[in-house]
Amino acid sequence: MNGQARIRQILGNPTGPALLPYLTAGLPNPAASVELFAAMAEAGADGFEVGVPYSDPLMDGPVIMAGGDAALAAGTTRAVALDILRQVVDRTGLPALAMTYANPVMQRGWSSYAADVAAAGGSGIIVPDLPFEESEPLRASCEEKGIGLVQFVSPTTPSERMEKVAAVNPAFIYGVADMGVTGERAEGSPHARALSERVRALTDVPLVFGVGISTPEQAAALSGLADGVIVGTAIVRRVLEADDAKAAAMSLREIVGQFKSALAH
Amino acid sequence: MTSGGRLSRPDEQGRFGDFGGRFAPETLMPALAELEEEFEAAWNDEGFLTEFRRWLSEFVGRPTPLQEARRLSEMLGVRVLLKREDLAHTGAHKINNAVGQALLAHRMGKPRVIAETGAGQHGVAAATAAAALGLECAVYMGVVDIERQALNVQRMRLLGTEVVPVSSGAGTLKDAVSEAMRDWVRTVESTHYIIGSVVGPHPFPWMVREFQKVIGEECIDQLAELPDVAVACVGGGSNSIGLFYPLLETEVELVGIEAGGEGIETGKHGASITAGRPGVLHGTRTLLLQDDEGQVQEAHSISAGLDYPGVGPEHAYLAAAGLVIYESATDREALDAVELLSRTEGIIPALESAHALAWITRNADRLQGKTVLLGLSGRGDKDLATIAAAS
Repeated sequence: MNGQARIRQILGNPTGPALLPYLTAGLPNPAASVELFAAMAEAGADGFEVGVPYSDPLMDGPVIMAGGDAALAAGTTRAVALDILRQVVDRTGLPALAMTYANPVMQRGWSSYAADVAAAGGSGIIVPDLPFEESEPLRASCEEKGIGLVQFVSPTTPSERMEKVAAVNPAFIYGVADMGVTGERAEGSPHARALSERVRALTDVPLVFGVGISTPEQAAALSGLADGVIVGTAIVRRVLEADDAKAAAMSLREIVGQFKSALAH
Repeated sequence: MTSGGRLSRPDEQGRFGDFGGRFAPETLMPALAELEEEFEAAWNDEGFLTEFRRWLSEFVGRPTPLQEARRLSEMLGVRVLLKREDLAHTGAHKINNAVGQALLAHRMGKPRVIAETGAGQHGVAAATAAAALGLECAVYMGVVDIERQALNVQRMRLLGTEVVPVSSGAGTLKDAVSEAMRDWVRTVESTHYIIGSVVGPHPFPWMVREFQKVIGEECIDQLAELPDVAVACVGGGSNSIGLFYPLLETEVELVGIEAGGEGIETGKHGASITAGRPGVLHGTRTLLLQDDEGQVQEAHSISAGLDYPGVGPEHAYLAAAGLVIYESATDREALDAVELLSRTEGIIPALESAHALAWITRNADRLQGKTVLLGLSGRGDKDLATIAAAS
């Protein structure tokens, strides 16, 4: 099964939206990183967004930024991060997508990057500063390598634009659930329902919500609106606040279990 | 495309040759498309143009003088003409663009503006324009720059602007731009981002150049005959593009001077055209200081306004097309140039602008008898603490 199909498989679950935790590769250090993903898998994660750290993550708030800085300081190069991704897939058997930014991908080369992710067993790539208009070369490379490229829609995206995004049949549509960059919010998003209805009216491509989903309650509110939910900041914060890798794994097991229960219909 | 002539505007994807474009988070994409439409409509609306020109004349004090630097010219054997942007309201060319974008924000019905600032000159300009138009304003500024540009921080606060400290990264201009963009992703429906240079996603590089090209246009009006050379400093590159753009189809030799920092060979500099490679930063494809993995490196310059690891995409294009020559001057050379202009002409230039003067003094031998137009982009009062600490 190719990467795109592998992702689609976990997003078609009748018991509730898939839970896709985001965690930056290389935290708390490259050697211990895979254990944290394994702990999340045991607690019910359905797949992963594996962050390949970048110096200037425009779409990320302070917590994920700090996670990226820490991972870079711990020596998480592209090769190290993608090797962690490979170990995660081998160990858990779950699909994993590489999440990074346009410049690191461009420096490696669109085609080489797609090949690297495919060779590591990754199912797809997420690049939040590579909008639809600029994504054609990477999309073609991903298709050639049998992995998926995710495309974004946001509450500000007009419907004509959504149609164009849906027309290229991305692995899934990443619905930016709330205005702003990644980070925790006290309240659930007022935009999610309307965004879900607009996407659903246009396409059958799976919709996965991310950005600003910080608590199991907020995730539960989205459970009828999407095929998957991405939780990032709440995960990275727990890792950054833990005393060591073992404590981080325990903490993640707990929070991922809570999110998973919240999402079940 | 790697060569060509002057581009009146970038192509449909916002590109100048191989550079530019729109690499932005999805939430901003519709706003950028709207901004492009609104700017284009305003720029073709005689009413808007008349209002912009009136603000430039009554508020900014344009046209700024073009002055012959008599004692300096005599000393160097090079006829040096100064385009006195330091005499524009708030003390630098930044006000041209800030007024233009604030008028546009007002026209678009956005009650709030944000800006980033390095040296503080753009922050002050944005705060000033916002105050004059009754707009709410927040300015993002790196903690290192807040320290070295304390005077400008006070000016912004006095103008009613919130100065938001940015401690991520190195706490300088690159980080301030990133934080301003993150604010904009959250607030885009009510807020316009007044970017301060010819950087960022399309249409910013084009729009900011259009607001700044008044510098070069005035020079052409003010000069009996064109100079042999025009030289200006390049950080993001707004004052230099403003000076160069109207001169691109003339015979004038155009020279942009980047921040050489402690020397290109030391790796501690801000010379992204001289030493950078193509990549994407802050929404545009341009020349960047970066490592092999595409991690953006910290720039270094004694002048906060040139302390940026990228450059406007149109400059990257002009460099590739061979239409403008780009060189650099070091921190030390800039400091010496500040003192030289202060003592020969009674003008204390900004450290940024002093980089361009340093190139003239270094090349005085080959420039003997020639006329050189220097873009004096701003005044140096803001730099006194930095200058004192360096001497």
